[in-house]
Amino acid sequence: MSDLPPIPPDDDEDDFGVVKKFCYVNRKAPYGTVYALESLEMVLIAAAFDQDVSVVFMDDGVYQIKSDQAPEAAGMKNFSKTYRALEGYDVEKLYVSKESMEERGLTTDDFLVDVEVLDHAALSALMAEQEVVITS
Amino acid sequence: MSKLHTINKSPFDKNSFDSCLTHAEDGSAVLLIEDGVYAAVAGGDVAAKIADASSRLKVYVLGPDLAARGMAEDRIADGVSVVDYGGFVDLAEAHDAVHSWL
Repeated sequence: MSDLPPIPPDDDEDDFGVVKKFCYVNRKAPYGTVYALESLEMVLIAAAFDQDVSVVFMDDGVYQIKSDQAPEAAGMKNFSKTYRALEGYDVEKLYVSKESMEERGLTTDDFLVDVEVLDHAALSALMAEQEVVITS
Repeated sequence: MSKLHTINKSPFDKNSFDSCLTHAEDGSAVLLIEDGVYAAVAGGDVAAKIADASSRLKVYVLGPDLAARGMAEDRIADGVSVVDYGGFVDLAEAHDAVHSWL
């Protein structure tokens, strides 16, 4: 019995192995560059592998989750609704920089998802405890 | 020579907005487009700069680019006028030259 190969993991979602703390820090506005959309895709991939994902919106990244985006008339794809779907992938740790939000005249009422607002010090602590941090 | 200045970068990310306002001559026109439209949203840290700009320049913002980014026209700073694509063409036609601040 002892020389049998190990039983491979089945398709159960709990068997992906190592779970790391991933943090995606978004710093760019949604439509001027492709960074926001690419970051969102990375978040979804990490979530598909059942990683421990946190998403931070700071600097112009806070604009990514502005409600009522309607880029279709300007010929662009509206991917903002995907942020609302993150909850379905168990990505529920969404954070917004308090200073970035206030500098831009925004409040939590402006966002299309529920977020936790953190100041610089709290965000620093959050990022410090991550194993993988990807800023874009 | 009358100029239409266009700015397409966020004032929080790049200094195109600041450089344009520093160098645009009194009476010229400034049109905020693409990510530049964020400068027109009231209540933020650029409010004082927009107020100063609109006192000596004609400041416009492109409506479809505001809508794309979820910014309602009633949140635009006082002194800034919203134009559509046709308005963009009219502004370009009405001035001697266009100066793009990329």
